[in-house]
Amino acid sequence: MAIGQRDSDRVGAQNSPIEFRLDPASGVPTYLQLVHQVEHALRLGYLKPGDQLPKVRDVVASLAINPNTVSKAYRELETKGLIVGRPGQGTFILATLSQVALPELTGLRRSLRGWLAKADTAGLDESGISALVASELRGFYERRSGSRSSAPSGETEGVA
Amino acid sequence: MNIIETHSLGKSYGTTKALHDCNLAIPEGHVAALVGPNGAGKSTLLNLAVGLAAPTSGELSVLGGYRAGSLPALDGIGFVAQDTPLYKNLSAADMLHLTRNLNRHFDQAYAEARLAELGIPQKRKAGKLSGGQQAQLALTLALARRPRLLVLDEPVAMLDPIARHDFMATVLTAATDDGVSVLLSSHVLAELERVADYLIMMSLGRIQVAGEVDDLLAGHRVLTGPTAEAGRYDERTVVHVRGGDAQAHLLVRSTADDPVPRGWEAHPVGLEELALAYLREPGAAALPGPVPSWDADPAEMTR
Repeated sequence: MAIGQRDSDRVGAQNSPIEFRLDPASGVPTYLQLVHQVEHALRLGYLKPGDQLPKVRDVVASLAINPNTVSKAYRELETKGLIVGRPGQGTFILATLSQVALPELTGLRRSLRGWLAKADTAGLDESGISALVASELRGFYERRSGSRSSAPSGETEGVA
Repeated sequence: MNIIETHSLGKSYGTTKALHDCNLAIPEGHVAALVGPNGAGKSTLLNLAVGLAAPTSGELSVLGGYRAGSLPALDGIGFVAQDTPLYKNLSAADMLHLTRNLNRHFDQAYAEARLAELGIPQKRKAGKLSGGQQAQLALTLALARRPRLLVLDEPVAMLDPIARHDFMATVLTAATDDGVSVLLSSHVLAELERVADYLIMMSLGRIQVAGEVDDLLAGHRVLTGPTAEAGRYDERTVVHVRGGDAQAHLLVRSTADDPVPRGWEAHPVGLEELALAYLREPGAAALPGPVPSWDADPAEMTR
């Protein structure tokens, strides 16, 4: 969709190797979509240390989104140590996302393929598999973050 | 600083109470969306804020303490009314001229640069411009007064998707560049998630929900579980219930730290879903600070 592609939008976008897009149907909060897209671009090598992110104003103009949303996404990325804001210049990529080493990745991929074949044999179709994976993935990280954050309060209860 | 602040604000037209006991404090620097069904009092509130009408009771101050309608308030607020009214027989240039002469501040260079950027010919009569261009012209007139607060009454209702996108892009760019605070009423819920970072919902002439979007979303969750157990939830925290005989979805006021009962699943809620739930429950409210005196069942109140 070529929405809002006036010349003024394109001028700023030239400075950055990436341009953001939004998926309103994803249900993912807008700022997180921006965060994910930067992380994704880092993983895939579209963004390298030293590259400039689009200016807040340019993102606002091209996507018609709230400027605070863009700032929030950039703050989050800055907290993660991935980018740095230089006053008067813009926002730049600082680090690249640490990747799993290639042999390890191949191993993980192989065992996942094995599991997928089992799920297929068991009669799950593609959407069934995605639903199962998404649900387990969510549960896994929820349990992990949950056990981390609730542990101290659980201990105090035990003492009392 | 609060860009708009009201205390027990009321407005009656004859015996009809359009606004009733409204308490609001909108901090500056937000794009605030005003949402509610037709007749909820949105336009009345906007008209009071810009000084086009006077309150029947209570107080209303703007831009950090000025009385609405006072000279500094008028200078500091740009307003685009519903249907972006223009003099259809005047050219764009004449509309700039007129607005310049009717206001104490008007940035002619800014206005001309904006029209050029938008490709709106200055000689063309306003009535001959496309709907999107007319809206952009009205917006340019309001922005060229260099307001600190921009008030828009249903600005995009009549526009096609591209014109709507470009109009909102202009508004939000002004918010970015000049720090203009924005208050806009809208029925386009799907757009709010992107545009607004502050939400005000009105129902039956009262403020129903007010707060920063992030806080509102963090303070609500959807719980999904067996309908038979839906009744165990404290009525005070349940905003809206949807469900069939077996499975129910409850929109509740609750944070991510609150425990989820066994057999129930908690999901974060989006702005559109949240707004729809409150629209369907005119009696429910989520307000910060002291609770206004409601006539409704106390079980429907929040802290």
